[in-house]
Amino acid sequence: MSAYEAIILTIITASTPLLLAAIGELVVERSGVLNLGIEGMMVMGAVCGFAAAHVSGSAWLGVIAAVMGGVAMSLLFALLTQTLITNQVATGLAITLLGLGLSGLIGSDFVGLPGVKLSNVSIPWLTELPYVGRLVFGQDPLVYVSIVLTAGVAYGLKYTRWGLIIRAVGQSHSSAHALGYRVIAVRYACIAFGGATSGLAGAYLSLVYTPQWIENMTAGRGWIALALGVFSTWLPGRLAAGAYLFGGVWILGLYAQAMGLGIPSQLLSSLPYVATILALVVISTNRRLSVINTPASLGQGFVPDR
Amino acid sequence: MQNNSNNRLPTPLLRVTKLTKKFGDFVANDSLDLSIEAGKVHALLGENGAGKSTLVKMMYGALQPTSGVIEWQGQRVTVANPAHARDLGIGMVFQHFSLFEALTVVENISLALPPQLRQADLSQRIASLSNDYGLPLNPEALVADLSVGERQRIEIVRCLLQQPKLLIMDEPTAVLTPQEAQALFSTLRRLVAEGCAVLYISHRLEEVRQICHDATILRHGQLVAEVDPQVETAATLAQLMVGSSVHQVNRPANNAVGPVLLQLKHLNQPSNTPFGVALVDINLSVKTGEILAIAGVAGNGQGELFGVISGEEGDRSSRSMVLMNQVCNQLTINQRRQLGAAFVPEERMGHGAVEHLSLTDNILLSRHACNDTPNPLNRGLMGIDRAQLATLNATIGRDYDVRKGREDAQAGSLSGGNLQKFVVGRELNRKPKVLVINQPTWGVDAGAAALIRQAVIDLSRQGSAILVISQDLDEIFELADTIAVISRGQLSAGYAAAQLSREDIGLMMAGSHEQNNAGSGT
Repeated sequence: MSAYEAIILTIITASTPLLLAAIGELVVERSGVLNLGIEGMMVMGAVCGFAAAHVSGSAWLGVIAAVMGGVAMSLLFALLTQTLITNQVATGLAITLLGLGLSGLIGSDFVGLPGVKLSNVSIPWLTELPYVGRLVFGQDPLVYVSIVLTAGVAYGLKYTRWGLIIRAVGQSHSSAHALGYRVIAVRYACIAFGGATSGLAGAYLSLVYTPQWIENMTAGRGWIALALGVFSTWLPGRLAAGAYLFGGVWILGLYAQAMGLGIPSQLLSSLPYVATILALVVISTNRRLSVINTPASLGQGFVPDR
Repeated sequence: MQNNSNNRLPTPLLRVTKLTKKFGDFVANDSLDLSIEAGKVHALLGENGAGKSTLVKMMYGALQPTSGVIEWQGQRVTVANPAHARDLGIGMVFQHFSLFEALTVVENISLALPPQLRQADLSQRIASLSNDYGLPLNPEALVADLSVGERQRIEIVRCLLQQPKLLIMDEPTAVLTPQEAQALFSTLRRLVAEGCAVLYISHRLEEVRQICHDATILRHGQLVAEVDPQVETAATLAQLMVGSSVHQVNRPANNAVGPVLLQLKHLNQPSNTPFGVALVDINLSVKTGEILAIAGVAGNGQGELFGVISGEEGDRSSRSMVLMNQVCNQLTINQRRQLGAAFVPEERMGHGAVEHLSLTDNILLSRHACNDTPNPLNRGLMGIDRAQLATLNATIGRDYDVRKGREDAQAGSLSGGNLQKFVVGRELNRKPKVLVINQPTWGVDAGAAALIRQAVIDLSRQGSAILVISQDLDEIFELADTIAVISRGQLSAGYAAAQLSREDIGLMMAGSHEQNNAGSGT
C-alpha cells in the first residue's frame, strides 16, 4: 500500500462519521427542527454499538444496536420538542449532556475491553486492483452506506414527494398544516432518521475508527456535523464536500505534525475548522440560493391552532 | 340543459343552519343561516371582526362549529378538515396566501393535490388551465419572485385544478390593481357560467354590486340582511354593514401650499434581501400643507421606501434625502424625529407598538428621544416622568377615540383598529411638521379609518407635509392632493389627484411609467 493510499484511506475514515451524522441532521433541519443533541445521540450510538458487539461478538449486531440507541435518544428529543413543545435549543443541549453522562454510565464496564471491528469489504479481483482497488472496493461497509445515504437524501429531497413535503414543512409549518399535512408526524420521522444516522456515526467510531470504548469518544464531532449542515446551506453535495474537506485537512495536519515541519501543533489542529468555514463561506456567497434552501421555520415549535 | 321544473326545487349547493361559533365567551358567529346556489356569485359582506372569516373557515373545515348544521348538496356533513372540504368540492383562496415562498409554482400546487400526479404532467395542466382562464403562470417560477397578483393566481389555479363546485374567495381584490381585478371578474363570470358557485368576501361595495347575485351582510357575528346587491346602492350596503351611516371625510381645499419640507433626490437603494425590492432613482417632494399619496400594489418597494425615509435602513453616506432643508441620510431615526418628522409603519404590532408593553411604555418608546415639550424623559438624570406619560396617554385616548379595557392597557389587548388609532395618535399628538405614514388604515374598520383619515387631513391643513403610502385607492382619493405610483421600486412623477382616474393609476401600478422618463406622460 503506497503512502498516498494510506493518506486517502485515513481521510475517508476520519470524514465518514461526520458525513453520517451531518446528513441526518440536514434532513432534520430541512423539516424545520434544530437538533443540538447530535453529539449525545452519537455517543449513545457508540456505546450501544460497542456493548452489543462486545457481548454478542457480532459487529453487525453492534451496528443495529447503535442505530437503535441513536433513535431512542432522538425520539426522546422529538417527544419533548414536538409533543410537549419545549425549547429546541435547550432540549438539544440537554440531550447532549444526557447522552454523554448516560453513555459513560453504560460504558463504565466496557472501558479497556477489546472491541469487535467491522471488517472491510473484500471483493475477489476488484479489491486487488492496483492503486484504486483498496480505495474503491475495499472500504468498510459504513463508508458505502454514508455515500448511498447522501446520494439518496440529495435525490429524495429534490425529486420525491416525500422530499417536497419535508421541505414544505420546514419552509412554513402553518401553510403545510393548512394544506392538511401532519407537521408533527413528518418532523418525528425526520428526527428519528437523524437519530439513526447519528447512531451509525457513533457505531463508526466504536466499531471501525477505534474499535474500543472510550468515554466521551465522539470528542465534539456532533458539533462539527451540526456546523457542516448550516455552512453547506442544507445542500447534501456541499455537505459531503465539507465533511471530506474537514477530514482531509485534519489528517494532512497530523501528517504535517509527524513530519516535524515546525508548525505549532495548535495551529495545525485549528486548521480543519478554519479551512472548512472558509470554504463553505465562499461557496455560500450566493445568497439567493442560501435563502431558498434555508428552512424558514427552523427551530420554531409548531402548535396547531384549533 | 336546465328547465323550469329543475329550477322549482333548487337544492342549494351549500346550506348552513343556525351555525354558531364561540371562542370562550365571545360569540364570533351567532346562529347564522345561509344558502349558496350553484352558478351564482354570493357576496359575504361585513366590517372587520363581523365574523366573515370565522364563517368561511367552518365551511372549509379549518374551524369546527360550536353548534349548527352544514348541508352539502342536501346532505348533512361534518367538514373535518380542509382536505375533506377539498374532497367535497370546496376550494378556498385565502387573503393571506398559504404558499411556500422558496418552492416553485408547480411544487406548491402539487402539495395540495393527490400524490399520484406526476410533476411534469402537472406542469402542463397548470400551463394549459392558467392560459385557458386568462391567469398566465410559469409553473417553474419560484413563488418568492412573483408579484402578489401572480401569487393569487397560483391559489386560484390550485383550486381550479381540483374542479371545485364552490370557490370561496377572501378579499381577493385587496391586493390587485383595478385592471387585474377586472381580469379576475371575467374569470369568475366564466366559472359561474360553467355552474360553479362562488362565495365572495369583500368590503368593496362597488365590485360586489358589479359581480355578485346575492349578498349576505354580517355585523358583530349576526346576520343583519340578505339583499340583492343589484338593487342596493353602495351607500345602503355600507349602512347595513356598519349599522349607522358612515362619517364622510371632510377635506377642505388646500390653497396654502408652502415650502418643500421633505424631498428625495435620485434615491437608489439596492435590495438588502434576495427577495426584496431595489429602489431605483426615486424623486419626490412634499410641501407644507400637502398630502402626497403613493399608490401601488403591495410588495413593490413601499416597505423599503418607508425604511429609507424613517432612517431604519439606507446608505448613510448618500445625500439623497432632504428633511427641513437639511441633508439627513446620515441622521438616525431619533435625530429625524427631532427635526420634526414622525413615522407610522405598516405593521402596528411589532413595528409600531410592542405587544407586551403598556400603552404608556409604548408612548415612551417613540417619544423618549424627541425634543418635544413637555418631554416624558425630562425628570432629572434620565428619569421617567410617569405622570406626564399618563397625561399623554389620556389625551391620545380621548382625541383619537382609543377604546381599551383599562386606561393603561397592554398594547396587545387592543383591537387592530384601536391600536392603529393609538399608534397614529401617538405621532400626531406631537404635531409633526413632516408625517410619513405607511398603510394608515390597513385592516381597520370604517369608523376608525374615517377618524384616522380626518386626523391626517387636519394635520396637513395646519401646515404639515404628509407622505401617505397606501394600496387602497379609495383612501388615496380621499386623502391625496398629489398622487404618485410605485411599481417594482420605481416611482412615477406626482400628479394632481383631480387629474387622475382609477384606470390611470391602474396602468401605472402595472408599470407603464417604468424605464421611460418618469413624468414624460401628461
